[in-house]
Amino acid sequence: MPPAVKPFPLALAGIGLLAGWSLFVGVSDVSVGTLFGDGAADRAALVLLVSRLPRTLALILAGAAMAVSGLLLQILVRNRFVEPSTAGTAESAIFGMMMVSLLAPEAPVIGRMAATSVCALAGTGLFLAILRRVPLRSPLVVPLVGLMLGGVITALTEFVAYRHDLMQSVRAWEMGDFSAILLGRYELLWVSAALTGVAYLAADRFTVAGMGRDVATNLGIDHRKVMALGLVIVSMTTAAVIATCGMIPFLGLIVPNIVSLIRGDNMRGSLPWVALMGAGLVLACDIAGRLVIHPYEIPIGTMMGVIGSALFLYLLLRRNGHAG
Amino acid sequence: MIDVKNIKKSYNGTVVVDGVTLSLPAGGVISLIGANGAGKSTLLSIVSRLLPMSAGTVEIDGMDVTTTPGDVLARRLSILRQDNHIMSRLTVEDLVAFGRYPHSKGRLTGTDREHIAKALRYLDLEPLAGRFLDELSGGQRQRAFIAMVLCQDTEYILLDEPLNNLDVKHAVAMMKLFRRTADEFGKTVVLVLHDINFASCYSDRIVAMRDGRVVHQGPPEAIITPEVIRDVYGVEAQVMEAGGRRIALYYQ
Repeated sequence: MPPAVKPFPLALAGIGLLAGWSLFVGVSDVSVGTLFGDGAADRAALVLLVSRLPRTLALILAGAAMAVSGLLLQILVRNRFVEPSTAGTAESAIFGMMMVSLLAPEAPVIGRMAATSVCALAGTGLFLAILRRVPLRSPLVVPLVGLMLGGVITALTEFVAYRHDLMQSVRAWEMGDFSAILLGRYELLWVSAALTGVAYLAADRFTVAGMGRDVATNLGIDHRKVMALGLVIVSMTTAAVIATCGMIPFLGLIVPNIVSLIRGDNMRGSLPWVALMGAGLVLACDIAGRLVIHPYEIPIGTMMGVIGSALFLYLLLRRNGHAG
Repeated sequence: MIDVKNIKKSYNGTVVVDGVTLSLPAGGVISLIGANGAGKSTLLSIVSRLLPMSAGTVEIDGMDVTTTPGDVLARRLSILRQDNHIMSRLTVEDLVAFGRYPHSKGRLTGTDREHIAKALRYLDLEPLAGRFLDELSGGQRQRAFIAMVLCQDTEYILLDEPLNNLDVKHAVAMMKLFRRTADEFGKTVVLVLHDINFASCYSDRIVAMRDGRVVHQGPPEAIITPEVIRDVYGVEAQVMEAGGRRIALYYQ
């Protein structure tokens, strides 16, 4: 084991700094001066507690959870290029969100979340079922299948949404944005944080399952059960994130790949790094999105799209050859 | 003891294993030989519960492999198949350590660490311990997998073509290691081998298969004969004695 002790606290401190910065970036004037000054101290404290702090927490939780979801999918599908948005998971979750808004608009949050998770799980299951029937000549076929499946599901979603005047909501779920996060509207993300914790507890089992069914069976692990647990975690996490802030593209793809290059894939060691880097990347992108056209904002979906696709291209060209 | 009763396996009407009954006593090195497609690998996979059988039963020390919990079997029997495509970037040491998973469930004890160190040493992997699997040559990776399986420290060790990708030096070292595992530690090592001379020199017992059936079995001196080789492989071979071992020459 290479020493993990020193760099991790350092990275943790870095994320702490980013989170601190995130608290003080925005249109309203929140700073140490205003918080403890005379004039608008109450207002500044309110903005901090109701908007900035929830937003920052949401960024950290969503970033960590989506990156870990990507890692889980990659380990379980045994392909470096899958993540919830290249496996039909995210699109199916959005379909579920839309159907719930259409059929049961008054459903409580838990009910919405459950229905959306089930849709996400079904979509991912369909993706895996298709993979079993398609000859996989190249590792790149796998995400292509996922992207096509996602496209079909999105077409279905938008067809229904268009007819029922739900396009605006669908667009909001498709495009990640943290600007509407307020106290009371992000707490679902603690569910994904808990799921990330479960993933960490089962890290060894996931690593073994990632070595393939035969090796896992030899080591006495029920491959199907571990696979099912992983897919449930990924589906619920994706559903929670999309319901709260919308889809964050590329995150689950690039973070696990970078961590894998440096730390390898023993999940016990790599999962904390993936979570941390995921949170860090999302924080950085969101802060940048808030700063570049201040006082307006660029949604994180766009920021991640730009930064993520560039990083992804780099990884694709670099790993070419043994990417699968 | 491995007790195989009337195993059948067919894929879409093609019979691959056709009524194999085989009883392998504990201890020693047993080699499974036969032409390509004779059903050796399939039989090994069924015995180690990686493949379901179409009919028949397999018992390991009286435990039915289809009903015994996987983690119980994993402490009694280990299996390595021939192609292991591992996408995960694991270090050699991590991989070998996972061989202890059935015993430790991820929390390595002092005993586990001793087993890991011993497996790395026996397979000459100490200099490579920190390397990632995808940075190794085929032969090095093969040794790492075998180290993982030996680290599992099971009574029965089943290996499908363990000499794949190994050069002569490492192949000989590997066979000697299996011999030692059986002699010193009392394990039962079952190997699928293509090189019948390795089988001849290192096994206590050879089982020959053809067309999904066991056609011959016995000690090397009973199996490495021109008649049996003709019957199993359909080739003419000369058999010589060299250093007390029977060597088959089938190169012409």
